[in-house]
Amino acid sequence: MRVLVLAKEDHQGRAATPPTPEELAEFQAFNEELIKAGVVLGDGRLYPSSQGKRLRFDGKKRTVIDGPFAETKELVAGYWLWQVRSIDEALEWLKRSPFDAGTYEIRQIVETEGM
Amino acid sequence: MTVAIDSREADAHKGPGRGETRATEAHRAIEAVWRIESARLIGGLARIVGDLATAEELAQDALVAALEQWPTSGVPERPGAWLMGTAKHHAVDLTRRRQTLERKYDEIGHEAERSREIGEPDAAIDEDVGDDILGLIFMACHPILPMDARVALTLRVLGGLTTEEIARAFLVPVSTIAQRIVRAKRTLKEMHVRFEVPGGIERVARLASVLEVIYLIFNEGYSATSGEDWVRPALCEEALRLGRILAELAPTEPEVHGLVALMEIQASRLRARAGPSGEPVVLLDQDRARWDRLLIRRGLAALARAESQAGAIGPYVLQAAIAACHARATSAEETDWPRMVALYDALAQIVSSPVVELNRAVAVGMAFGPVSGLELVDALLQEPTLKAYHLLPAVRGDLLRKLGRFEEARAEFERAASLTGNRVERKLLLGRAAECAAEGMAAPDPLTR
Repeated sequence: MRVLVLAKEDHQGRAATPPTPEELAEFQAFNEELIKAGVVLGDGRLYPSSQGKRLRFDGKKRTVIDGPFAETKELVAGYWLWQVRSIDEALEWLKRSPFDAGTYEIRQIVETEGM
Repeated sequence: MTVAIDSREADAHKGPGRGETRATEAHRAIEAVWRIESARLIGGLARIVGDLATAEELAQDALVAALEQWPTSGVPERPGAWLMGTAKHHAVDLTRRRQTLERKYDEIGHEAERSREIGEPDAAIDEDVGDDILGLIFMACHPILPMDARVALTLRVLGGLTTEEIARAFLVPVSTIAQRIVRAKRTLKEMHVRFEVPGGIERVARLASVLEVIYLIFNEGYSATSGEDWVRPALCEEALRLGRILAELAPTEPEVHGLVALMEIQASRLRARAGPSGEPVVLLDQDRARWDRLLIRRGLAALARAESQAGAIGPYVLQAAIAACHARATSAEETDWPRMVALYDALAQIVSSPVVELNRAVAVGMAFGPVSGLELVDALLQEPTLKAYHLLPAVRGDLLRKLGRFEEARAEFERAASLTGNRVERKLLLGRAAECAAEGMAAPDPLTR
């Protein structure tokens, strides 16, 4: 199965503190381990929500909302696309990550047609 | 609220599957840990004890210990290290118990072999020596084992699949797979197959066997040779995972990347290969909007990686290049058929196989018209290895139909249907035959049209 791992940050309205070189190295080592295990299909980091746009639909009406989205408590800051055999496997991998803050969410991707 | 079974969980509000007992939850966590750790564990142990049967036994013992202890103690901070520590502990006990005369004779034999080979430079300078997972792959795919044993052993020790899961995937009794695995491990032991990452000339042959095993697993999932289903995607996923792992472990081997590229691109079509009622849809009739762009992108990247490596272009790279040709085309008509013919020409030079010739004939038919294609197919009619191959009459039927020779085409499709072992495919081919019969009625004399 494929899962999307969403990295959520609590205060994305503010400029995020950039990771220290040690934190970055730790993260890269973890990501490398995931790639070597054949788990990672794709990944990406997002710019802060201050550079983002929202579009709200209400019948025919479209409302554009500029970032930052201060009213949203947890905003997606990055994602991973993983190939795993179970949600439990994804959970086990995520527990091994070096993160010490934030919330990470695991969601299974629907693959029905022919899969 | 469920209880945290994992020592790394300080406060689990909602565990996976609320209301599960602590023990069930621990078992699920252990299953996940096993999936992640088993290959490393068995590989590491095989390097130490030198024999796969003992290594797997020790790893299983460690798993049993985890199943006994983790539900109450919680999953340890570093589960992999815990399993390895426990297994090594067992290994020491086991070695003490097994200090028999026979064993010692065995050791002496091993030593003699080893000292003889120390002079070989290839083995000494190979940078990959010591890589446990790579060593394990080479051992499980050893050419002295029959192919079906290599497949079962690979899925078991590298995929972390249970014997039951493998049996279900291949639609054979559990006892058959269990026996294959036991025999394979015994053979490896009796033949004194060493745990190693081969170098030099031996590496080429051994790697070819590894790639063959992985692609066989993929193909069994991609076009099930037997049974009711047209595809079994779980096997494709296992093969892809093994290929992706191998590509990271042996990054300078173009053929490894070639195989990964081939599998990624073929897997990108999985969704499009079955119609609404499960019937197969052949490549050129597929709705390309349903192809998986992510896998295509990954496949093209793997192909680029293969082509950037030094060394001769091998059959997997060429097949991947052919698959990429399809993947890049937005429609069947826009396919670069002349390039396809050139790639098949190159492939035919390396692997001279009638099946490749048949595919080449299809490409020629598309590039230069059905008359040229038919000429090549007709030349294959006497080929003994294609006597029972259903795709030969199927391809011939397609070409004849394009030429308006409907009655001959109908006969070919019916012949193809009688030769396939897959129920869904048979239905598709009989449908084609019926279409040809109808077209033949509508245009009884193609020459006057």
